[in-house]
Amino acid sequence: MDSLDRRRTQPAQTNAEAPLRETASQTAGPYVHIGCLPNAADVRGIYSNDLTVNRILPNAPITISGKVFEGDNIICKDVMLEFWHADETGCYDNGIWHRSITNSTSGLFSINTQMPGKTKTGEGKWLAPFVSVWITARGINLGLLTRIYFPGHESVLHEDPHMNLIPESRRLTLMAKLVNGGYYFDIHLQGPNETVFFDV
Amino acid sequence: MDRSKQNFSKRDYSAQPKANYPDYRSTILRHQGHKLVALPQTLADTKGPVFGHMDLGANDDDLIINYASSGKSAIGERILVTGKLLDETGAPVPNALIEVWQANGGGRYRHKNDGYLAPLDPNFGGCGRCLTDREGNYVFRTIKPGAYPWPNGGNDWRPAHIHFSIFGQGFAQRLITQMYFEGDPHIQICPIVQSIGDARAVNQLVARLDMAQSVPMDLIAYRFDLILRGPNSTVFENKTGGH
Repeated sequence: MDSLDRRRTQPAQTNAEAPLRETASQTAGPYVHIGCLPNAADVRGIYSNDLTVNRILPNAPITISGKVFEGDNIICKDVMLEFWHADETGCYDNGIWHRSITNSTSGLFSINTQMPGKTKTGEGKWLAPFVSVWITARGINLGLLTRIYFPGHESVLHEDPHMNLIPESRRLTLMAKLVNGGYYFDIHLQGPNETVFFDV
Repeated sequence: MDRSKQNFSKRDYSAQPKANYPDYRSTILRHQGHKLVALPQTLADTKGPVFGHMDLGANDDDLIINYASSGKSAIGERILVTGKLLDETGAPVPNALIEVWQANGGGRYRHKNDGYLAPLDPNFGGCGRCLTDREGNYVFRTIKPGAYPWPNGGNDWRPAHIHFSIFGQGFAQRLITQMYFEGDPHIQICPIVQSIGDARAVNQLVARLDMAQSVPMDLIAYRFDLILRGPNSTVFENKTGGH
């Protein structure tokens, strides 16, 4: 039997029982900015720089902006988005990552990045340029993955094996629009224009 | 082995919360009507952003002092939160960025939208970050956050919790979750926690009191291990077994 002395210095058992399963996700909540982009959310004085500050600034920049809508077409103003894409040559070794929040007044998110190049599947089929987007917020229990595709790549998109896995009627939800020289991409969490979200 | 060349095993949704869980009111307008569309993994999923010590500041892993005036510290139970970041095969995930954020000892966040009665602590900011070491270990010093009420249509209180954001080696491993504390009676009645239908998966979010790592006259330690999606076992076998 354990002595009291021994119990007072006992190591903890792990909280993760075998067989190991991925830790359950929980919502990022309404204050995700504190942890992930404190300076951008006006929580200053903790980190000298938000994580996004020192990322590589690309050549030939493009802008991607947009809004996130919940049901009843309500603009979400508490969302965090992460963007991950291949560089302009289609290579992920120096893949480009960004993080943005929807503005607490306008709901707009915006990043400056680089147009990704075409990539290939493991079987060598061409994939049209795309940006992976991961979305978390209050009310989202498990982060949502979607993709932004760009106009001007129709011939590749037509043969793109991933695009062809998506019901045709929903493919347009993944296409950015070119507006005043920048790309614009709205995300609908539900409703008639619900964006396609992926399980990879 | 370069894990970025492997696929990850399929996500086990039985361990994950439901997207639509009306007891957590915010899911009503934010869940999806369509099923997720399954895609094969490519480098977009098996690779991910890489962070290094250059991205971090010296006190980023010490929430007790990283916002405090010189010589001051945050108010609350001083705790150490430590654990291992592993994948589902038990392999450590090294050099992974972990970010945390939390309410102060009274249950108040340093955020313009949080107007709870509990006061801000002038010496507590509420966020921290670190990289896992070669064995997947991480450690933070902080104060135990308070429980707090939240608007969900009823008498709703969040259990004391720390938010965790984790980057693995591939973007498909990206995870945000919350750590709870052993023995907290709010865990069983919190709609956000209970959106996970699986009792074992809930239990895995509960950090354990660790007397061996507690520092006498200083800090109470809690152990919280985190598990990310692992490599696909069939791919794994082919790659290691073939000649």
